[in-house]
Amino acid sequence: MASRRQIAAMKQSLFDQDYLDEQFIQLEELQDDANPNFVEEIVTLYYRDSSRLVSNIEQALERNPLEFNRLDSLMHQFKGSSSSIGAKKVKAECTLFREYCRAGNAEGCKRSFQQLKREYATLRKKLEAYFQQARQAGPFEAARRSK
Amino acid sequence: MGSDVLRQQDPPYSSGELHVLAVDDSYVDRKVIERLLKISSFKVTVVESGTRALEYLGLDGQKKSSIGFESVKVNMIMTDYSMPGMTGYELLKKIKESSIFREIPVVIMSSENILTRIDRCLEEGAEEFLLKPVKLADVKRLKEVIVKGEGKESGGERESHKKRKRSEDCSELPSTPCSSVSCPCDPSSSSPSALSSKKYRLLAEVEQ
Repeated sequence: MASRRQIAAMKQSLFDQDYLDEQFIQLEELQDDANPNFVEEIVTLYYRDSSRLVSNIEQALERNPLEFNRLDSLMHQFKGSSSSIGAKKVKAECTLFREYCRAGNAEGCKRSFQQLKREYATLRKKLEAYFQQARQAGPFEAARRSK
Repeated sequence: MGSDVLRQQDPPYSSGELHVLAVDDSYVDRKVIERLLKISSFKVTVVESGTRALEYLGLDGQKKSSIGFESVKVNMIMTDYSMPGMTGYELLKKIKESSIFREIPVVIMSSENILTRIDRCLEEGAEEFLLKPVKLADVKRLKEVIVKGEGKESGGERESHKKRKRSEDCSELPSTPCSSVSCPCDPSSSSPSALSSKKYRLLAEVEQ
């Protein structure tokens, strides 16, 4: 079982490597004794809810020609949710994708989306590992939050 | 009491608690705003669309029993701007057209910092325009605004609160210079109305 220091280091590296931003900390501030796993719950919801969007975008990218307005609209939604959990790199890829949409650049969209899916999957693995360790160590974060 | 089944399902709450209706089509965002509001000691009702919000408020044109019908008590409405079907702006307009609810503060939330959008919402009577993701500090500030509004209208206090918020914002401003419009960091800038102070605060943020 990882020590609290190791867990804190895990978390810090997620920030240092830009996987997460300030919003993640904002979510942690919402945890308390009654809701000690709020962030993990939200992240789980995010991955469940956004998987639908990801496959919609995937299908839309197979059309010929591409419907850029629709793609942009789908990505706007995806970006919104990603932003809400503090998924910094994912959010950045969403922004890039939308720029390619606005430029009508089909290749750019497809390339960007591949990268986005990689970031999305990597973040999921890293957060799962982090939450698993954090849960084993006990409600350290919850205790930290003073009312 | 009203015969509306929907109302009877609402959990009863003490009249002292402030009740917020939150509207957002994103499931994740609904969960987050609900948590933000609950932590701030609000009672919360969350719905996924403008249409549902109007139904909840009884503004959807459905015939209600005229005998003993009580409209739901809401102290604030927070709505996302970009929603399929009815946008937050359209919902805002409907609320402002209603004689029962037009005085209720309506807050618009949006991930996009678009000046014309902000203008339109504020001019239509929105209390506030918040950039997403909404923070706990935003909700706490809103609470102060409503609590003050629930009592006597104290214009002076509200203005000074906005001034404090502007000076807090200054520390978060990026290094880009303030626009040629009145910079919120400038203490000498006058704030003739609540409308322009909100606009200037939002203008100072980086245009995407």
